[in-house]
Amino acid sequence: MAKFSLKINGSSREVDVEPSTPMLWVLRDHLDLTGTKYGCGVAQCGACTIHFNGTATRSCQLPVSVVGDSEIITIEGLSEHGDHPVQRAWLEHDVPQCGYCQSGQIMSAVSLLKSNPSPTDEQIEGAMSGNICRCGTYVRIKSAIKTASKL
Amino acid sequence: MAILKTKVGRRSFIKTSALAGGGLMISFSWLASCTPGQSVEEVLAMPDEWFELNSYLKIGDNGRVTIRVPNPEFGQNVKTSMPMIVAEELDTNWKYVVSEQAPYDKTKYDRQFTGGSQGIRRAWASLRMAGGTARQMLKQAAANEWHVAIDEIRTEDGQLIHEASGKKASYGAFASAAALLPQPEQVELKDVKNFSIIGQSKKNVDGKAIVTGQQKYGIDIKSEDMLYAAIVHPPAFGQKLKGFDADSVRSMSGIVDVFAFETYSEGYEQNFFDTHTHNKLIAIVGKSTWEVFQAKKEIRVEWEPFNEFSFDMDMFGNKTTVNVPSGLESTSDHLAKFKSHLGRPGTLLRKDGDPDKAFAEADKVIEKTYTAPFLAHNMMEPINCFAHVTPEKALVRGPIQAPEFIEGTIAARLGLPLEKVEIEMSRMGGGFGRRAYGHYMVEAAVISKRVGKPIKMTYSREDDMTYGIYRPAYCATYRAALDADNNLIAFHVKAGGIPESPLGRGAANRFPAGAVDHYLAEEWSEPSNITVGAFRAPRSNFHASAEQSFLDELAELAGKDPIDFRLELLQRAKINPVGENNDYDADRYAGVLELVREKSNWDTAKPGLSRGVSAYFCHNSYAAHVLDLKMENGKPRVENVTCVMDCGVVVNPDAAANMAEGAIVDGIGNAFYGVMTFREGQADKENFGPYRMIRHSEAPKNIAVHFVQNEIDPTGMGEPPFPPIFGAVANALYQATNRRYYNQPFLGKGFELG
Repeated sequence: MAKFSLKINGSSREVDVEPSTPMLWVLRDHLDLTGTKYGCGVAQCGACTIHFNGTATRSCQLPVSVVGDSEIITIEGLSEHGDHPVQRAWLEHDVPQCGYCQSGQIMSAVSLLKSNPSPTDEQIEGAMSGNICRCGTYVRIKSAIKTASKL
Repeated sequence: MAILKTKVGRRSFIKTSALAGGGLMISFSWLASCTPGQSVEEVLAMPDEWFELNSYLKIGDNGRVTIRVPNPEFGQNVKTSMPMIVAEELDTNWKYVVSEQAPYDKTKYDRQFTGGSQGIRRAWASLRMAGGTARQMLKQAAANEWHVAIDEIRTEDGQLIHEASGKKASYGAFASAAALLPQPEQVELKDVKNFSIIGQSKKNVDGKAIVTGQQKYGIDIKSEDMLYAAIVHPPAFGQKLKGFDADSVRSMSGIVDVFAFETYSEGYEQNFFDTHTHNKLIAIVGKSTWEVFQAKKEIRVEWEPFNEFSFDMDMFGNKTTVNVPSGLESTSDHLAKFKSHLGRPGTLLRKDGDPDKAFAEADKVIEKTYTAPFLAHNMMEPINCFAHVTPEKALVRGPIQAPEFIEGTIAARLGLPLEKVEIEMSRMGGGFGRRAYGHYMVEAAVISKRVGKPIKMTYSREDDMTYGIYRPAYCATYRAALDADNNLIAFHVKAGGIPESPLGRGAANRFPAGAVDHYLAEEWSEPSNITVGAFRAPRSNFHASAEQSFLDELAELAGKDPIDFRLELLQRAKINPVGENNDYDADRYAGVLELVREKSNWDTAKPGLSRGVSAYFCHNSYAAHVLDLKMENGKPRVENVTCVMDCGVVVNPDAAANMAEGAIVDGIGNAFYGVMTFREGQADKENFGPYRMIRHSEAPKNIAVHFVQNEIDPTGMGEPPFPPIFGAVANALYQATNRRYYNQPFLGKGFELG
């Protein structure tokens, strides 16, 4: 066990955990930030996606020991009032069914739009292919990303 | 307008709840005679007081309405559509409605079960009555206060209006008075033509919570003093626990306890939803999920094969003995079993006319065999459950489709009376049938009881994917005979599965039975110790794909357009049906085919695109798809799907379209890639690397969903669009590659019967 001081969603948070603990579990079990989800644990599903120093990262593969003082943004910290353009677009297109994958989908989409503000369909598909949606909302997700790119 | 009695015999459709206190009535009665109505802003604030009008709804003093949703939510969006139905008959403004998951409570709600695409269909009457009776009680309260006849009062948008005197009030003003009134004995419901909420698309009530990460699922539950638990289950079917070394992990970081436990007691009479694969498991209890997952990796365990055994099961009222064979099965064993049935007859399910004679005299005979593998449900939220068990009571909170079918098991296992077991249904990150089997609730409860603390048990993805309760493996041989004029004269299906056939529960009576003079349906099954359970449209999910692929090939042999071919048969079934109990309405079935032909511009060839059509009726709704695909670098890419549904009145059109889109994507994914295989009893895919799921780049580019407009009472959308999509995929692939696809997964490795 070791103490870590982390920068999460603009605040300083302290945890006392095994250094090998992935950020996914630090967030979920130790920091009460359950918006980031567990789907596979092996970076195959994207449900655990957060922003690590501005880059979309699968938190199930990010041990707390390597985070240091890098900024971490989770779905909870994406906007203060849930009105990030991507969140607004998601609501406009009524994307979610069960909703479990959507935190990860949104974090991946935000990251895509930051680096590519007007992606083509192929670019969206490529960037988002690491995020599984078992309910099959892919068509709506793509529409929402295109809408968000215009907001 | 329909007038319905709220009581049938001694059974009331609405279970009224406790009444509000009389003191509150005095504080708010002054409002009733003054304010003409409140602004939307005033109503949107949270009220100071709530008044229960029945167990489905309570109204705040400012007109806000909370509507409780009896069925658990797993993405089918009853959280939105069920309150829409109540709000419609209540006649309030949708903006005033707050939607809440109802508690699991048999004394207040019927059928709190999610599955079978029956939610809206079965609750249609009771939800409407809940809204309608409350509206009536509000009108009565206003009539009493205003000293006018109730018939002179009308409602609109959450307001009570007496035109003659100009008196107006918000529902909030009369909620407390209404709550004191007796439930009406009959209630007037709206005519479908006057619906102003039902039939309008409303946004998902939980949308904001989901996109901000605030929405909680079972796996997110936390409580004071809670410990975390992981389980270890045998790595193979046919195996059980032999021994383990707790000391190998007891001193690892965060570990509190390690023990073996039994989920079910010996001799307990199970019901269908008690299906479970492994009875004796190891529990690892600790201070965090990661720590118990780490211990799972290190623990030393020994497994051994089990001997065959039997147990009693109550199969929906019929007592059956279930036999579980011993052995470590491999996919090659399953393939051998499929092959062994190719030459021999099955158990007769239905026979019309004289099939043997018709085949013997036919001009052309065609025979094809189709297979599909076991499938894992793979809900995105892995299996989990929270439980807090004390000597006096048990609180079990988690994702569950069928609480009613597991509560008795939990109570019996814990030695508690049923009324001391409380189940709280959390929002599910997917169900697809898997979460109808609540063994994991029993496991969590047993672990909590043993450690004397609240615990949250989480299955790893590997635990989940290899546990079982899969969609069975299936094999079906179809034969058809045409006469010299290319008329279909005989149709024969012999279908089987491991461990059960896809033709059970009346599927032999589905189209084209009833449309062919000579018809034969047979089935077979082979036992297995691999557990199976309901998977989105059980049995139909294979049956439709095989049948609809075969009809396509048959239409081609007959030289007919595939839609025309089906429509001719449906016409025959309509005017001169063969046999009895034909389980479909030929008009409605033809209706979805005709509309999909129109909406997909079927008769206009699309250059560069290969199209396939398919249609099916199951779970009370009719579906038809036209799927267009293109080959890109030797791989198929679905461009468009045009889907037509007949599910009666559509409560929330855009949400219903979302359900169809999801079923279509799910079907394409499973048709292309879905497969679970076995090696010496081990499910040999344990995560999403080896188990391929459909991803963004493989989803259709466009999906257009259309609904047949009629006033038939609503039927479901969760399952009906799913089975036929497999056939549409196969039929489009044939157009694209000139090759027929008989074995699923079409783009992976399936059973090849040689």
